[in-house]
Amino acid sequence: MLSHILKRLGHTVLVIIGISIISFVFLQLSGDPVGLMLPQDATSQQIEELRHKLGLDDPVIFQYLRFAGNALQGDLGRSLFSNEPVAGLILERLPATVELAFFSMAFALVIALPIGIVSALKRGTIIDTASMILALFGLSMPHFWLGIMMIMLFSVQLGWLPTSGRGSFLHIIMPAAAMGISMVALFARLTRSTMLEVLGQDYVRTARAKGLPGYLVIGKHALKNAMIPVITMIGMEFGLLLGGAVIIETVFAWPGVGRLIVQAIMDRDYPVVQGAVMLLAMVFVMVNLLVDLAYGWLDPNVSLQGESK
Amino acid sequence: MTMNAGPPLLEIDRLSIDAVSAGRQVRLVDEVSLNLQAGQVLGLVGESGCGKSLLSYSILRLLEPGLRIAGGNIRLEGKSLTDLSERKIRAIRGNEISMIFQEPLTALNPVFTVGDQVAEVFRTHRGMSKAEARRKAVDALAEVGVPSPEIRVTQYPADLSGGMRQRVMIAMALACRPKVLIADEPTTALDATIQAQILELMRGLQRNFGTAIIFISHDLGVVAEVADRVAVLYCGRVVEEAPVAELFQNPRHPYTRGLMRAVPQPDAEVMPAILHEIKGNVPRPGHLPGGCRFHPRCPIARDICTTSDPQRIKVGADHHVACWEATDAH
Ligand SMILES: Nc1ncnc2c1ncn2[C@@H]1O[C@H](COP(=O)(O)OP(=O)(O)O)[C@@H](O)[C@H]1O
Ligand SMILES: [Mg+2]
Repeated sequence: MLSHILKRLGHTVLVIIGISIISFVFLQLSGDPVGLMLPQDATSQQIEELRHKLGLDDPVIFQYLRFAGNALQGDLGRSLFSNEPVAGLILERLPATVELAFFSMAFALVIALPIGIVSALKRGTIIDTASMILALFGLSMPHFWLGIMMIMLFSVQLGWLPTSGRGSFLHIIMPAAAMGISMVALFARLTRSTMLEVLGQDYVRTARAKGLPGYLVIGKHALKNAMIPVITMIGMEFGLLLGGAVIIETVFAWPGVGRLIVQAIMDRDYPVVQGAVMLLAMVFVMVNLLVDLAYGWLDPNVSLQGESK
Repeated sequence: MTMNAGPPLLEIDRLSIDAVSAGRQVRLVDEVSLNLQAGQVLGLVGESGCGKSLLSYSILRLLEPGLRIAGGNIRLEGKSLTDLSERKIRAIRGNEISMIFQEPLTALNPVFTVGDQVAEVFRTHRGMSKAEARRKAVDALAEVGVPSPEIRVTQYPADLSGGMRQRVMIAMALACRPKVLIADEPTTALDATIQAQILELMRGLQRNFGTAIIFISHDLGVVAEVADRVAVLYCGRVVEEAPVAELFQNPRHPYTRGLMRAVPQPDAEVMPAILHEIKGNVPRPGHLPGGCRFHPRCPIARDICTTSDPQRIKVGADHHVACWEATDAH
């Protein structure tokens, strides 16, 4: 198991280096920030001076190595506009984004798993059809619209929940629900189909033949096997949640990284975009590392293979 | 073994099983009656698709959705199993009647240890603590000849060979000393040496524990090695039933004789001369021929066989057959 973890950690480091190179190169291709930082009528000498000052006239490889070296020491440079340290700017907002992603996922799973399991057990009945249609409704509603509707109902009409901002648990309910609902259909259908497949397996029949009660046959023997593909999907969706929260963060004035990135892109604020992409990618890679380890726990054959190699 | 020694331990009484889909019913098992005496081994043979597995699943009410018991009854020591509540049938499964299956590869759950899966039976039916059940699991594995059982209990099915897995299945099935063991093609997926070992193990355990066994196989040769009595199934019906020695010496149904052709015979001249291979295929359920179900494949079919169904008749002490040839000879 330990060597499995070490191997996965090694992969993770390689992936992070890859991400840093790619995000660096793409930003190079996206244009020069100096034009935006100086007034329209700046002389070409002023432009050259600023480029030199920012190190933008060095060879690209140099710029990257400088970036990577500093990043290793926790220094992601400074914002070209506010001059604040990038690492600080992002870390200030990262917890909010991760928190929102986490609760959105939790919201989706708490609803989707029972729906998926019950639909599989009651396949072909009205319960099955109804819950699948219900889940599809969630998928087909744009989440910014859902968010606005929720604010109108729960904040404006009923006054139960705060409209925006971050703070108490009450603040996170609506943004998490608005983001989570679109994933309910995905996870419910995945759970239903893997559960159906698992329920037809011989070992489920064996569990029944042993006289185990239904909650053990379904909740233990079938569920643990059915969760393996679901865990994979959780890891993949988590990345989308981290990067795709921009709209919901805007609707609910959620102080996350998404809004920071959008602003930085519009400003061509290189260091901020790069740093944010890097950190989000790292969180994503870490989550997938956790997913991998969860695999080892769910499916002994995975970790065994890791060991024997 | 004595005949008719009191009421049977397990009694299958004119049992029928239907598949129901889109409002259409297809009969898969048709009024099968079988008796199993305590301590006896009843062999059930027939080609693949004749309903052996369905018959065995129905005993513990393990038929999948879409299949149902359409008639008849199953009784264990006189009490009916077909109308028991789910809770009561659960208390019988793995406890008074257990099952082992054809594919040891897939019959064990890949994500739980072998020890956990054996221990579950003790926890469910004996209410044992985790630690106690784990100790009993080690004993149960030792009983079926699994080497170093205290290590095996911590391993996963993928770490075990096919033969070892089938031993684990047997250990699990016999854990609570059931009165009846249903073995559905327990050796079919194993190679010949391992198959012989597993058969030997089952014979030994059967002698020690006195468990009655329903032993299912498509291979009459394998059944002959373990069974006291044999029932031959064709298209969801019992076509012949007799004690094993009687059946081999005096097979009355052409289908039984056909099955014997596939078995290496030590004294081949005993076999009647009229035999040919069983030609043709097993008819699909729902597309059965009229008259005797076997007549399109039967080497001795006559006019009457195409029009009416032969009744089951007694042709010897404890020997029954359903064939016009035998009927006319009486
Ligand atoms: N769920 C099902 N729905 C419809 N037909 C089935 C189903 N399961 C099995 N059958 C049919 O029932 C017949 C008997 O099957 P089975 O008992 O598995 O045969 P055996 O074990 O003797 O090989 C086969 O013809 C098979 O096609
Ligand atoms: Mg079968």
